[in-house]
Amino acid sequence: MSMVETLSFAVPELFLVLAAMALLIFGVFTKESNTRQITLGSVLVLVAASLFVIFGPKEQGTSLFEGAFKVDGLSSFAKVVIFLSAAITILMSDRFLKGEQLGRFEYPVLILLAAFGMSLMVSATDLISLYMGIETQSLALYILAAFNRDSRRSTEAGLKYFVLGALSSCLLLYGASLVYGFAGATGFAEISKIATIDTPNAGLIVGLVFVICGLAFKVSAAPFHMWTPDVYEGAPTPVTAFFAAAPKFAAMVLFSRILISAFPNILDQWQPIIAIIAVASMVVGAFSAITQKNIKRLMAYSSISHMGYALIGLAALGIEGLTALLVYMSLYIIMTVGTFAAILQMRRRGGMSESIADLGGLCQTNMPLAIVMTILFLSLAGIPPMAGFWGKLYIFSAAVEADLLWLAIVGAVTSVVSAFYYLNVVKIIWFNEASKPFERDIGPFLGVTAIVAAFLMFPGLTIFINVLRQLSLTAAGALF
Amino acid sequence: MIGLGHYLTVAAILFAIGMAGIFLNRKNIIVILMSIELMLLAVNINLVAFSQFWGDLTGQVFAFMVLTVAAAEAAVGLAILVSYFRNRGDIAVEDANLMKN
Repeated sequence: MSMVETLSFAVPELFLVLAAMALLIFGVFTKESNTRQITLGSVLVLVAASLFVIFGPKEQGTSLFEGAFKVDGLSSFAKVVIFLSAAITILMSDRFLKGEQLGRFEYPVLILLAAFGMSLMVSATDLISLYMGIETQSLALYILAAFNRDSRRSTEAGLKYFVLGALSSCLLLYGASLVYGFAGATGFAEISKIATIDTPNAGLIVGLVFVICGLAFKVSAAPFHMWTPDVYEGAPTPVTAFFAAAPKFAAMVLFSRILISAFPNILDQWQPIIAIIAVASMVVGAFSAITQKNIKRLMAYSSISHMGYALIGLAALGIEGLTALLVYMSLYIIMTVGTFAAILQMRRRGGMSESIADLGGLCQTNMPLAIVMTILFLSLAGIPPMAGFWGKLYIFSAAVEADLLWLAIVGAVTSVVSAFYYLNVVKIIWFNEASKPFERDIGPFLGVTAIVAAFLMFPGLTIFINVLRQLSLTAAGALF
Repeated sequence: MIGLGHYLTVAAILFAIGMAGIFLNRKNIIVILMSIELMLLAVNINLVAFSQFWGDLTGQVFAFMVLTVAAAEAAVGLAILVSYFRNRGDIAVEDANLMKN
């Protein structure tokens, strides 16, 4: 393939990173009142990048740069989800950042750079490009977590995220070095030829375990979840919304890709590890969330337990499992972005409120927000007939088909436990005494995002679930 | 004769020291940053040793990537640490506990 032809497959990434640099330079040279243009510019760049992905070169499964980077159905699906959710979170942040005097132009640029890193992650088919993608994403995310640099909580969150993120990168890298050493290659395709059952290789398996630990950190799966609640609570709320959506999806796709395309022949080695991580995440997420008083912390534990359910899909193997994982993650992103759009509306004179108790009697003071939050929390709990239920159903049926009935049972039990705290929030919204009303002047975008997310979760919209399932099935087919 | 095993042992020891430095240190966050660098260097020793063993340059390319990223990571980490210090006036690990269950 000629150079131009090769690069034509990487147009979305090239466009994204060049636009990010251009916007950064524009921001530096035009000093004043440019935040708004740069915010809108970044949103347009992300939307354009996702259009490039959708309408880009269609030869599926093309390997570029000597097998370091692959454009296939899975990566395209993931990129569209990542770019669009990043664009939506940028728009959601606008109002919050102005209110907190944080409206600086670096914010959308950092999100663009993080989105660039994530699109490298989902396309990576080599240990080196995998590491570079993860780091490009992480370095931008560390800064975003500490974005409110005059706040003690935000800088502490940034510091904790940095230390634990760097530690997880080290684990991943140590594993990658062992895998390279014992397989003799860094490409996933070459590794899969060496890593077979006939030649059991202890060094390779130790490396694989380190890599899994590092990636479990990135998806915040228990027992590597300890950074999540603190970072979610301390980071500015729109940043938390971003953390909860796109990076999780990218890391989950990367997790699936490395395990399924580099280690398919030793799956008996990693499948039990993934199953145990999934169980631990579901249990930790369900039980630790019960005592939470802060809604962002609650969402952190909720994301831990959702990652557990998604990992069941990975443990279930096969195209069914991966499809279920993609459907589940897409639904989770919609729900979580919608919920954070609702949380960002919890603003009173004098600042944001983050306490769950402040939602008391919301149905009397702000009926639309109460309905939207109720639908989203019921969906997060996976209560039929909301869309969250269908996500869980696909996951559990994939697990049952893969002879992992016990995993499905644990999942069902923990989702009953976690329904307790989601329903508790719903109860507070509808039956507690009314607390002071939230401000109504929230700008149009937050309300629209929350309502659209709630609408998509609403029962009866099975057509949406079916479309999503079809798309995920096509995407998952890329790995098999 | 010094072989692959020796290099891997040194790297494993350095990695373990770095890990211990992160978890045992209760005093100073700078020490954590140093421990992270130590772990990355352990990985580099691994990569270069394997690269030499296989007669394959990929490992050394990987090591260069790791070095570059380590520099960027140190810059970001120190920047976050500086803004943390400005808000708190100290960098003791024990005091980083504003958020609790």
